Amino acid sequence: MSIPAFGDSLITYLIIAAMLFAIGFYGLVHRRTLIGMLIAGELILAGASINFMAFNRFLAPDPTVGQIFTLFIMGIAAAEAAIAMSIIIAVYRDFRSIDVEDVADLKG
Amino acid sequence: MVPLFSAEGLSSLIFIFIVVTTILGAVIATHSERLIRAVTGLAITCIGVAGLYYYLRSPFVALMEMLIYVGAVCVTIVFAIMLADPKPETGAEKGNVLTGPLSFVLGITIFWGLVALAGKTVWMVPVARENNGSLEEVGRALLTNYSMVFELISIVLLVAIIGALVLARQGRTRTGGES
Repeated sequence: MSIPAFGDSLITYLIIAAMLFAIGFYGLVHRRTLIGMLIAGELILAGASINFMAFNRFLAPDPTVGQIFTLFIMGIAAAEAAIAMSIIIAVYRDFRSIDVEDVADLKG
Repeated sequence: MVPLFSAEGLSSLIFIFIVVTTILGAVIATHSERLIRAVTGLAITCIGVAGLYYYLRSPFVALMEMLIYVGAVCVTIVFAIMLADPKPETGAEKGNVLTGPLSFVLGITIFWGLVALAGKTVWMVPVARENNGSLEEVGRALLTNYSMVFELISIVLLVAIIGALVLARQGRTRTGGES
């Protein structure tokens, strides 16, 4: 019995990253609450990070660049989550809802 | 192809398990009605992505993924859910066509396009590596070549923290006067 070594080919990681990106994009369009869209955005960022790490492992002449870029993506994502949380709380205080259909007035 | 009952075969099996975990977590994160389950799906996805980073030979980034995403981002989103108290998305009330089948078609199209592009491209494998990409090399590059970016991201994080505090505080003083 034998099993293909999936972990050693670039295309496997690219397919996984494309799948995560597509699921995240689908969730971003499909969700109706702000927190659901934030979660889908995190999935998109994860897909992009996997792409960077895969290219870093298989194609980059300097294999530190992709790791550093992924670390910076994580920092930006943490900042984004903090800002998004405070915006969601402010929106909830004004509208008593975080459904994007309800949050339709420009002046709260 | 590697034999199944060997170290490489076991490693391949664990890789398949990690991939299935990642994709299942992503599906849970986008499809569950209650948002707290969606956050759990996001945490499962991030654990799977950390496993993928381990297979990409950078255990440091895998550790950071666990610490930052599972430990910080997911907990932040749980706090947002706790404070905002969202209704569950039942899907009973009708949305417009964009949130329904069109979003599914869009996702499939993007996936198909990316995979076709990745399969069609001829990737150039480098003839030599400058270093082995270890944690020591990452730290050295972070403090020499990328020191400016390193300083900038600390400013970005500081501004984000102050901005989050200001945004959350303004809402409190405004509604605090009414009630």
